[in-house]
Amino acid sequence: MTRARAILAWGAIAALLAWPLVAAAGSPYLQYRDPVYVAASFAGIAGLSLLVLQPLLAAGLLPALAGRTGRRLHRWTGVALLLAVAVHVAGLWITSPPDMVDALTFTAPTAFSAFGVVAMGALVAAAVLAARRTALGLRPRTWRLAHTGAALVVAAASVSHAALIEGTMGPLSKIAACTAVAGALAVAIRRLRPWAGPARARRDRGAA
Amino acid sequence: MTRPPITRRGFAASGAAALLAAGAGLAVPARAQGLAPTASMRGGANNYLPGAPLVDRIGGGGFVMSGTVRRAGDGAPLSGIRIQVWAHTTEGRERDPHSHGATLTDADGLFRIEMPQIVPVFGQPHGHLAYDSGAFQTVFLRPVMASARDTSLSADFVLQPA
Repeated sequence: MTRARAILAWGAIAALLAWPLVAAAGSPYLQYRDPVYVAASFAGIAGLSLLVLQPLLAAGLLPALAGRTGRRLHRWTGVALLLAVAVHVAGLWITSPPDMVDALTFTAPTAFSAFGVVAMGALVAAAVLAARRTALGLRPRTWRLAHTGAALVVAAASVSHAALIEGTMGPLSKIAACTAVAGALAVAIRRLRPWAGPARARRDRGAA
Repeated sequence: MTRPPITRRGFAASGAAALLAAGAGLAVPARAQGLAPTASMRGGANNYLPGAPLVDRIGGGGFVMSGTVRRAGDGAPLSGIRIQVWAHTTEGRERDPHSHGATLTDADGLFRIEMPQIVPVFGQPHGHLAYDSGAFQTVFLRPVMASARDTSLSADFVLQPA
């Protein structure tokens, strides 16, 4: 990839990630929310944006971040995602404890609450698989399938969660972010072929 | 004109049919045709503060919360019933005491109270209403606005004597 193309690609990615945050920053609802609630909202939006980067990093599809560099950053982005979700949940808990308890116990009247909790559970599962990879001693193919499966649940549930919420995100930026999350994961899975096992997937990629 | 007499067989058959219908619950007494009580909604009681004061309106008003209160069974309108209302509005959070207020139903069982504009919170533009005064069973409602731009919301109660 040429330098110009890399700069263009990064510009597009940066714009895509920043758009939902900028749109939300202009929401009229913000003036009726206290800082903790605002922080929780933005942590949720940032989390959705990070979900776009995460599969691209894993698959080495980002300009200048292929291979090992991308995978190392993939781990740190994973940590950032966990932090974003932690701030999101803690901030909403402080804002309205009974609503958060309802969500976490799957007794909320809103479907998106359940999707959010499912996404959080799958994110923790993906993170535990990553952090305990050696200790778990799974076969590489099994581990990749499990981690990818968890990532699929995270993406699907997060998109459903975001799509059903009426909040500070602009509708257009929300559609763009959700489409990007689904698209990035699909492209990454197509490239990494987790069902084939790492060695074969690498060989096939090289041959193609 | 001659009327055919009821045969013994006909009499026995209709009697048996009536017994069967009653036994199967097909023929039911008049009271069961009545109005079923309103069930509390999920999340309806969230951020409830008991004993909200009776007010002319909550805060600056501008948004109308209204509805009806009837008795379960016969559907008779209930007057003088205290309905408590709260929501996340342009003037405060759900749990702020000044976001809460109460009103009474009129002779026709109607209630109407003005409050500040409701804004979406926790992902949905919604309000909260409660009947919690003892004479009837407690009911918590959580109606959702069709659009966040709506300037009114309504909810109906059918109360079951406690």
